Amino acid sequence: MKALTFKGGIHPHDNKHHTEKIAIKSLKTPGKLFFPIQQHIGAPCEPLVAVGDEVKMGQKIADSKAFVSAPIHSSVSGKVVAIEPVLHPGGSKVLSIVIENDGKDTVHESVVPKGDLSTLEPKQIIDIVREAGIVGMGGAAFPTHVKLSPPPDKKIDYVIVNGAECEPYLTADHRMMLESPEDIIYGLKAIMKVLGLNKGYIGIEENKQDAIKVMKEYAAKEGGIEIVVLKTKYPQGAEKQLIKVVTGREVPSGGLPADVGAIVNNISTCTAIAQAIKTGMPLISRVVTVTGSAVKQPANYLVRIGTSFRTLFEASEGFNEDPAKIIMGGPMMGIAQFSIDVPVVKGTSGLLALTKKDVALKPESPCIRCGKCVDACPMNLLPIYISAYAKKNDLEKAEEYNAVDCIECGSCSYVCPSKRHLVQSIRVAKQAIIAQKRAKK
Amino acid sequence: MINNRLIVSSSPHVRSEETVSSVMLDVVIALTPALIAAAYFFGFRALLVTAVTVLSCVVAEYAWQKVNHQPITINDWSAVVTGILLAFNLPATVPLWMPVVGGFFAIIVVKQFFGGLGQNFMNPALAARAFLLASWPVEMTKWVDPFSNLPLLKTPDVISSATPLAILKGTEAAGQTMPSITSLFLGNIGGTIGETSVLMLLIGGLWLIYRKVISWRIPVTFIATVGVLTFIFGKDGFFTGNAIYHVLSGGLMLGAFFMATDYASSPVTPKGQIIMGIGAGIITSVIRLYGGYPEGVSYSILLMNIAAPLIDRYTTPVKFGEVKVRA
Ligand code: SF4
Ligand code: SF4
Repeated sequence: MKALTFKGGIHPHDNKHHTEKIAIKSLKTPGKLFFPIQQHIGAPCEPLVAVGDEVKMGQKIADSKAFVSAPIHSSVSGKVVAIEPVLHPGGSKVLSIVIENDGKDTVHESVVPKGDLSTLEPKQIIDIVREAGIVGMGGAAFPTHVKLSPPPDKKIDYVIVNGAECEPYLTADHRMMLESPEDIIYGLKAIMKVLGLNKGYIGIEENKQDAIKVMKEYAAKEGGIEIVVLKTKYPQGAEKQLIKVVTGREVPSGGLPADVGAIVNNISTCTAIAQAIKTGMPLISRVVTVTGSAVKQPANYLVRIGTSFRTLFEASEGFNEDPAKIIMGGPMMGIAQFSIDVPVVKGTSGLLALTKKDVALKPESPCIRCGKCVDACPMNLLPIYISAYAKKNDLEKAEEYNAVDCIECGSCSYVCPSKRHLVQSIRVAKQAIIAQKRAKK
Repeated sequence: MINNRLIVSSSPHVRSEETVSSVMLDVVIALTPALIAAAYFFGFRALLVTAVTVLSCVVAEYAWQKVNHQPITINDWSAVVTGILLAFNLPATVPLWMPVVGGFFAIIVVKQFFGGLGQNFMNPALAARAFLLASWPVEMTKWVDPFSNLPLLKTPDVISSATPLAILKGTEAAGQTMPSITSLFLGNIGGTIGETSVLMLLIGGLWLIYRKVISWRIPVTFIATVGVLTFIFGKDGFFTGNAIYHVLSGGLMLGAFFMATDYASSPVTPKGQIIMGIGAGIITSVIRLYGGYPEGVSYSILLMNIAAPLIDRYTTPVKFGEVKVRA
């Protein structure tokens, strides 16, 4: 089958060779773990425990009454030693529950198998997903139970699992597809059941032939699941681009995937759903790729949420040379970190340590109007003009040029030969425009 | 474990290796085959004129930036590109002070007065050519046949031979025979330094497309439009035109691949680039078929340059998701 793709996009070096062949290694976390009460898009949680409480592995330690939110669970057994603001990988301090691990991994009583997929009702599955604190694990961390509850007037007919993993360096999803294909299929089946569908799709980029083969084998056993082979191109895994490729439908500007009858879920989200149903264990661990040219032993780790970045880098034997930049996520959309003393959260797909050479910033020079940013933009925008107006603070014009439709993929900045900070300025304008609109309402 | 301060800046954290200089250097590389052909057909004098033009452009840029206390950007190769392109638009016979005047005009008046690289609304090389042609029409149209053994430093005293387009037009050069298509293709004809060898220009143009320095849109639509129109509106009635000669001669290849695609003065939108190509093709054909000059490529490009900002304005691409919400 011919690989499918979208219009625009870029071909950065994928740098996946560091870790794509390395099997996932399970990592223990001694000492303290940190659980920020906000690890998702939506309302922050309230702590359910107090300093001095004993907690068990899988125990809910924070929750919220809001619909758009997801509870947080302790990933180890031990004692709550503090509830205090701690630096979050998002860049600011967030109230966090600090737990001292007792090393026993005593499982909480609530962790019991939830029954058979064939007998569970859709409503029950949604409840299990919510109670397990499952969110989109590709980075944005949108609560999954909300995605699974589309408004009744929006009929969903496409469920897509995002196995594109188009960000350079990251291989967590790739390894999951090779090592836990049954769970991915199981999770997808659960989502299909919730939405009453008998067909599901898994999109995988062409550069992961082994994963395509494995997933095809397992999908064939189940039936009703199609593997869609995608061209290797960034941002192939961006939600809107993936939906377009699989369904041929364009999510309308300002709309949601549900508006075109589609929902997209991450690979790890599917395995988390499978775990939550099969064993009852909520989302307390995830696979994190630790890589980059500054890392001595790049690897993929299955770690407990709440583990400090430092522990992960230590497991990789530290650095070859002083890293110039530490990034949570991929190099295109990830977040640069002030410190490695921040915890792994639900949306942590990878840690990159890049050298000075990798991130050397060439000076910005005037735009030469080469139009490369225009050809690269997957949203078909004119980054050259949005950015120019954004810099002049002309929000009206920036809006006219559709600044708010920017998905912040960074393709424009990547290709610009003048090294202009295009997405940076567009992002600022976009946020200002959205804030302005809110204020008017 | 970490001794230095971490850099915290916003994404993306990696950038492509391409820079302004690497792009411009690609253009220089793409122009090299045509330069070799020029040296072969018009002798060392063609190289000398090119060298003088390039040097003038670089010196002009340096001097302007020095005087105005601006960062010196001569190592971005853009002045070199302008220099080569201007030289390619001059006959090999020009007196050597003319490329100097032209180079300074291109860089200072057309490029720097308007704010430097990326800001000029007209193609500097073409604007300078138009300026020279208007000021010294005789020197600027002294075409020589290939292999004329031009003296190197002395301004050659030669009788102008006719270009194929002039013959086609049937005006002053009436009666002369057309060169063969092979000669046209290889560049074995009279003309400016860099415009004659279709083969070499094509090689360079394809290199630019392959390297993604330019897109196919402007050159292909430009050339195709000229081909179609000159075929339809033939001298002896509809659909009798000599499209092949029109496509292969004059500055069309040079203009379509290297001049009309000038970043600063052409549209950035895909649709806009197609309009630019078709527009320039129409104007070129009209001038060639009905205008007072045998050649129209440079004026057509300059006219479209002026329209480029407007074209960009009205050809904003349809953004992703510009569709009705499914009911
Ligand atoms: S404008 Fe936005 S959507 Fe378009 S390439 Fe730049 S970051 Fe991506
Ligand atoms: S890629 Fe950079 S130099 Fe090229 S048009 Fe866009 S902003 Fe200008």
